[in-house]
Amino acid sequence: MLIASALLSLPLLALFAVLAGRREVTHSIVYAGCFVASVALFGGGLTYLGGHSASPSWILPLGLPWLKAHFSIDNLSALFLLMINLGAAAASVFAIGYSQHLPQRRRVTPFFPLFLLAMNLVLMADDAFVFLVSWEFMSLSSWLMVVSDHTDEENRKAGNVYLIMAAFGTFCLLPAFGLMAGPGGDFTFAAMRIKDLGLMGGFMVALLTILGAGSKAGLVPLHAWLPLAHPAAPSHVSALMSGVMTKVALYGMIRVLLDLHGQLSWHWGAGLMMVGGITAVMGVLYAVLQDDLKKLLAYSTVENIGIAVIGLGLAIAFKGDGQVELAALALVASLYHMVNHSVFKTLLFLGAGAVISATGHRSLTVLGGLLKRMPWTGTAFLVGAAAISALPPLNGFVSEWLILQSLFKGPGMPHWAMKFGVPVVAAFLALAAALAATCFVRAYGITFLGRPRSADAAEAEDVSFGMRWSMAGLAVLCVVLGVIPVTVTDALSHVVRPLTGVGFAVSADLGWPWLSPVSATRGAYSGTILMMFGLSLFAIAIFVVHRLGTQALRRADPWDCGHPEDIPQTQYTSQSFAQPLRRAFGHTIFQAREKVVMPEPGDMAPATHKVSMIDPVWSGLYLPLVRGIDWIADHVNRLQYLTVRGYLLMMFLTLVFMLLVVAVRQQL
Amino acid sequence: MNAMLWQLVQIVLVVALAPLVTGYVRWAKARLNGRRGPAPIQPYRDLYRLLQKEAIVAHSASWIFRAAPYVTFASVWLAACIVPTFTTNMVLAPAADLIALVALLAVGRFWTALAGMDVGTSFGGLGASREMLIASLAEPAMLMVTFSLSLLSGTTAPAQIVAFILAGNVGVEVSLGLALAALVMVALAENGRIPIDNPATHLELTMVHEAMVLEYSGRHLAMIEAAAMIRLTLYIALIATLFAPWGIAQPGAGAAGVVIGMVAFLLKTFSLATTLALFETSIAKMRVFRYADFLGGALLLGLLATIFLYVSEAV
Repeated sequence: MLIASALLSLPLLALFAVLAGRREVTHSIVYAGCFVASVALFGGGLTYLGGHSASPSWILPLGLPWLKAHFSIDNLSALFLLMINLGAAAASVFAIGYSQHLPQRRRVTPFFPLFLLAMNLVLMADDAFVFLVSWEFMSLSSWLMVVSDHTDEENRKAGNVYLIMAAFGTFCLLPAFGLMAGPGGDFTFAAMRIKDLGLMGGFMVALLTILGAGSKAGLVPLHAWLPLAHPAAPSHVSALMSGVMTKVALYGMIRVLLDLHGQLSWHWGAGLMMVGGITAVMGVLYAVLQDDLKKLLAYSTVENIGIAVIGLGLAIAFKGDGQVELAALALVASLYHMVNHSVFKTLLFLGAGAVISATGHRSLTVLGGLLKRMPWTGTAFLVGAAAISALPPLNGFVSEWLILQSLFKGPGMPHWAMKFGVPVVAAFLALAAALAATCFVRAYGITFLGRPRSADAAEAEDVSFGMRWSMAGLAVLCVVLGVIPVTVTDALSHVVRPLTGVGFAVSADLGWPWLSPVSATRGAYSGTILMMFGLSLFAIAIFVVHRLGTQALRRADPWDCGHPEDIPQTQYTSQSFAQPLRRAFGHTIFQAREKVVMPEPGDMAPATHKVSMIDPVWSGLYLPLVRGIDWIADHVNRLQYLTVRGYLLMMFLTLVFMLLVVAVRQQL
Repeated sequence: MNAMLWQLVQIVLVVALAPLVTGYVRWAKARLNGRRGPAPIQPYRDLYRLLQKEAIVAHSASWIFRAAPYVTFASVWLAACIVPTFTTNMVLAPAADLIALVALLAVGRFWTALAGMDVGTSFGGLGASREMLIASLAEPAMLMVTFSLSLLSGTTAPAQIVAFILAGNVGVEVSLGLALAALVMVALAENGRIPIDNPATHLELTMVHEAMVLEYSGRHLAMIEAAAMIRLTLYIALIATLFAPWGIAQPGAGAAGVVIGMVAFLLKTFSLATTLALFETSIAKMRVFRYADFLGGALLLGLLATIFLYVSEAV
């Protein structure tokens, strides 16, 4: 009842935003309404998570006359409902203050509740029809917000690419569900679960799902739209797209691959794990070289999706091999990372939004010194940056620890591909984690530390009350999810039990605060103990130092080896920080080249330094594809200008071809 | 109860011993260079002197600059408390395994790098950028070492690895050699030793760690220096514990076992410190852009160490 009324209120809010959008206060009311609805849906998700009774389901007479719409909430849906609505609640509170600054807010506010509605409906769908319609609705409503500021050429391009890739995703998912429903055409998930897909059908369903849901989640090389579209939307929408919508895509992948499909061989898991590893490394390599704060965050989303998919692939491989305990471990690790990412990526995007609303800029080159001007935003962003860099005791570390632990178990499988593949993926994951720390030291250091690099940054003011609190709440969650790992894994255990057959339990020898996945001697981690102990060492250090030594402190000009420069431009910039990394990693992958032109002695012309880079995915995959489609279109165009005789000949040849196909099929 | 006691001893031991290890390396290097050098206890005097001096903080610095020395010190100290040195029977041993150890060291690095960028000088950013480049390759290399040890012994907890090796389950393995080489390379890089960085110089064009902490003075500098000393001791202890665990007291060993463990630990530490001094005097520093090759090599060695486990199994 609560859930239904919350869902119903969302379209009403959208309607209200359309009708009364002229008034300032309307936008605040709509976002406040979205907040209440998200909290209600979060509460609804919470009641269904861990319920051992049969999952509730509703059948409504919606849609086509002979098809009814089926809805249901099982543990998996409930978990993702929690993730989605937590992010949505934070983004809604943030938007109350943030949307005041948006010039195009009348083009955003009406679609925001619709976007929330669509994401919630995808999670509750219990048949393919509702799932696909809501999925498409989710893409379109977010697309409308991506192109809300359509006066910018970049945004139009982003919207274009997004639309094409969203269409591609649905284009893949549609036949996948069609194959699962079969010719009989029972589109309910319950019927799909018991259907035997056969060899070829099973293969096609898995492939199409990975392509379709993977393109929405941002798996390399299907990620190309993500770093264009996510930053183009207003920041509270970017937060939802990056932090939350990618999780809906992963939900789709889990739902089909682990629930509906049901008979996946370990090969798919191995392949998915490899793709995840490559996605993680490529994503973070792009991220670490970005100059635009929101683009950097979007690429970091690609990385984190890769990390979650490593865990998912591993779970599928373990399950395909019959090692259900390890499959449960890997799946818990993967889900834990999704939860964590939805918290800290939402936080970081909201932080980026706060920076943009305070300074008007999102390019690192003109920011700097914001921590002193915006202490709330700066501190919350620091927690998010530390969490995403997988630093203990925050939440990002726990999930990466779990994924590494399950990877370390991977070579135990009796397949050579896994024995050699898993160490490589582990190396990718480790590299991605270390580069993520580099990426966020750079992003945070350039944005919030140092001296301001522009007048706008020097005069920034911290954001309003609601925006601060939405970020502070998420920052606190980053800590909480990190120091009570076992409580979280216990909750996730309910989700994985139906999918892998067994739950996940920490070994009983050590007890509550100790996360020890396989056995007590296998390696354990306790965020609780570590944090308490670390804080006491911290306090002891401060106490002893102040006891033994002097407490005198003097403020002075920076020393900088005796020749400090007053001009802020002499600081390290985002470009100079990234230069060693560009040389070490970008030379082969991005063809990064530096060209220095020094004028002749006596010439007054300035010296120039140019960096050129090529995006391998665009130049290697998308542009050739576009050229190929153009070429085909050019040649097919001739068919428009045939004579009547020509058209008749074509019809005849088509008929012959079709008859041949029928004949061959009857022979077989 | 004993576990609690030995844990406390370990907490005090790492802090008390660290300046001596650093001082000893400096002293040994001076001797090898034909100088007399300061006494090995000089770092204690230096730290005490720094504590007495007022701390100078730049106008442009934020709270991060003032918090970073303590956070770095506490995180490295915490990491050092977890590595078994003389006994594996410690209360905190299960709280963190080798993966968590790597991450704890990353916490200190994260904060030091941020502090380097906080004042807004060019040197600070330079040091932070290079430090993070080194870390982005050294950290995965260390995780790969962890991976191969975990495959071999079935655990990532250092205490259990020690127990596994001491039980005589491991012969001479190619993988262990490769992992050891990778870990040594990582240790050299993470401690800013030659050939990656030169701990004895300031104002070199190539400096990394010293450039980040250039703005620090007084007690803040003392904390940073002490953290660096503990980190060196930690890595020496880690190499000794994982690859030469002989002598370490296991749970159940009495006081005599612990005394033997302590003596063995000190012997191992100072012989490794001597080796470090010998190595550093006999090799030249590397160009900054060669770091990626050096540490990429360490990462590949770590990866090879895991893969060779199967090759040796199959042969």
